Amino acid sequence: MGTSTRARAWIALVALALGAVGTQVALEGRVVTPAVSATVPWVQSPTLMRRLTLGFNTIWADVYWIRAVQYFGGTRLAKGTQKSYELLYPLLDVTTTLDPRFNIAYRLGAILLSEGSSTGAGNTGQAITLLEKGMREMPDKWQYPLDAGFIVYWWGRDPAAAAQWFLKAESRPGAPNWIRPVAATMLTQGGERASARAMWYELATSGEHEWLRRAGRRGLMQVDAEAQIDVLQAIVREFRARAGRFPTSWNDVVAAGLLRQVPADPSGVEYGVDPMSGTVDVSVSSPLYPLRQKGSGR
Amino acid sequence: MRAIAIVAAGVFRDSIRERIAYGLVFFALLIMAASFLLAQLTAGQDVKIIKDLGLAASSVIGLFIAIFFGISLVTKEVERRSIYGLLSKPVTRSQFVIGKYLGLAVTLVINVAVMAAALYVVLAYFEWSTPGKAKEAWEAAAIDPALIKAFALIAVELLVITAVALFLSTFSSPFLSVALTVAVYIIGHFGDDLKHLDNIVESKALATVGRGVYYVMPNLARLDVKSAVVHAVPVSATHMFFSTLSALLYVAVLLTASTLVFARRDLK
Repeated sequence: MGTSTRARAWIALVALALGAVGTQVALEGRVVTPAVSATVPWVQSPTLMRRLTLGFNTIWADVYWIRAVQYFGGTRLAKGTQKSYELLYPLLDVTTTLDPRFNIAYRLGAILLSEGSSTGAGNTGQAITLLEKGMREMPDKWQYPLDAGFIVYWWGRDPAAAAQWFLKAESRPGAPNWIRPVAATMLTQGGERASARAMWYELATSGEHEWLRRAGRRGLMQVDAEAQIDVLQAIVREFRARAGRFPTSWNDVVAAGLLRQVPADPSGVEYGVDPMSGTVDVSVSSPLYPLRQKGSGR
Repeated sequence: MRAIAIVAAGVFRDSIRERIAYGLVFFALLIMAASFLLAQLTAGQDVKIIKDLGLAASSVIGLFIAIFFGISLVTKEVERRSIYGLLSKPVTRSQFVIGKYLGLAVTLVINVAVMAAALYVVLAYFEWSTPGKAKEAWEAAAIDPALIKAFALIAVELLVITAVALFLSTFSSPFLSVALTVAVYIIGHFGDDLKHLDNIVESKALATVGRGVYYVMPNLARLDVKSAVVHAVPVSATHMFFSTLSALLYVAVLLTASTLVFARRDLK
């Protein structure tokens, strides 16, 4: 190749490169590739995925776990009130099929699936299914039936079913001795808030991972908020008895001398009060929102 | 014996000249970059994922080296016609094949050892920098000696794949050899599916063929203890011994077959 030919080739190369980059810049924001969905898992069949990984199943499980965490976080932080976590379970299902001993995927995954809608998928059924899968893979793990009982009790408000799960957990090797008394309390005093407090406390102090301990601390604050709401609800009823209407804000209640200051939940966010029905609840902007609903859960 | 050692040393020198070490540098960079990123993304599973990544990467990098270098061991010498010079010296064809294999085997074992050492260095950093409470979430210690078992069986698997690649390259084209070696690798990891093919297909004949292939092909899935080690599931010495023995028997069979085929090959 002669010198002039080489020089022309170089000029052509630079011109083409500039043209290619320039076209990219010009098209930016104008031509958008139609996306089916940004968050569809690549392969949704756990069995197929397991076959495709050819011995590299654990590293792919890690990839799917990271995707599950990112998906949950992204959905939770997304704007809007109608949040769908529909892909969370398939992602966790693939993760745990690829790596059946992925402990945190069962435990944290169940918490994320069961949490009330808007902060979690609000699907206790899927949470229990995931934990049952973990129990099949690792029958000796007492944590999985314990978590299942926890979810059934807290979100499902079914103390009898929860107690059965706790007794299952208690029968597993190495289970701590506080499980049986909690189960007994539930069976005899179904719905007792002290049981919930005991369980959240155990998770907050003994959870093997910071994420689990954080969930425990949040649960403890929610239990406190529930107790405080009961008291505040009585005060609102008292206000109505005196004023003949529900308060439009907490300032009305303070002005009436029924409270010394505007009440805040354990996370420091002001409680909400509905002027139409007088219902007291944690604010939607509170990290404790939503509290479990009265009556049975899903 | 000396002739084999000389051929093997030549392969080892070639592998260094061919910049196999780039794979090691890539591995080290991958692990270090991952260790900085993963803590933010994985909800506290960083040590598990670093182990998974380290074991998977060493396996993949080794696999590439085993397949591509394994196939070029003989074919390159034949294509370059440098084999005539070699065989004119006091080196038999069998010694040539075995020497070539051993040279690459040593290279692969050293590669795996260096990658294991690099992974341990990164894990030592995690062990040192992680608070005591957070370590409770770990199923196994960061610097877990059991990881050596996984690395050892990765090395054994690579020895089998190298032997397969070498054997195929003695009689077929490089492209076909790559394709067939990859096929053997895939079949080797589908052992259970082949064994229980009757659960999927209705044809009894096909199920019997599947079971036959299962017993004839090397069972590479047995050499995969990566998951067990990461989850602190014990891998017995018996498993290690018999899996290695079985794999080395396949290596012996393949090397014998390679020497037989190569001895009859017309190099004109």
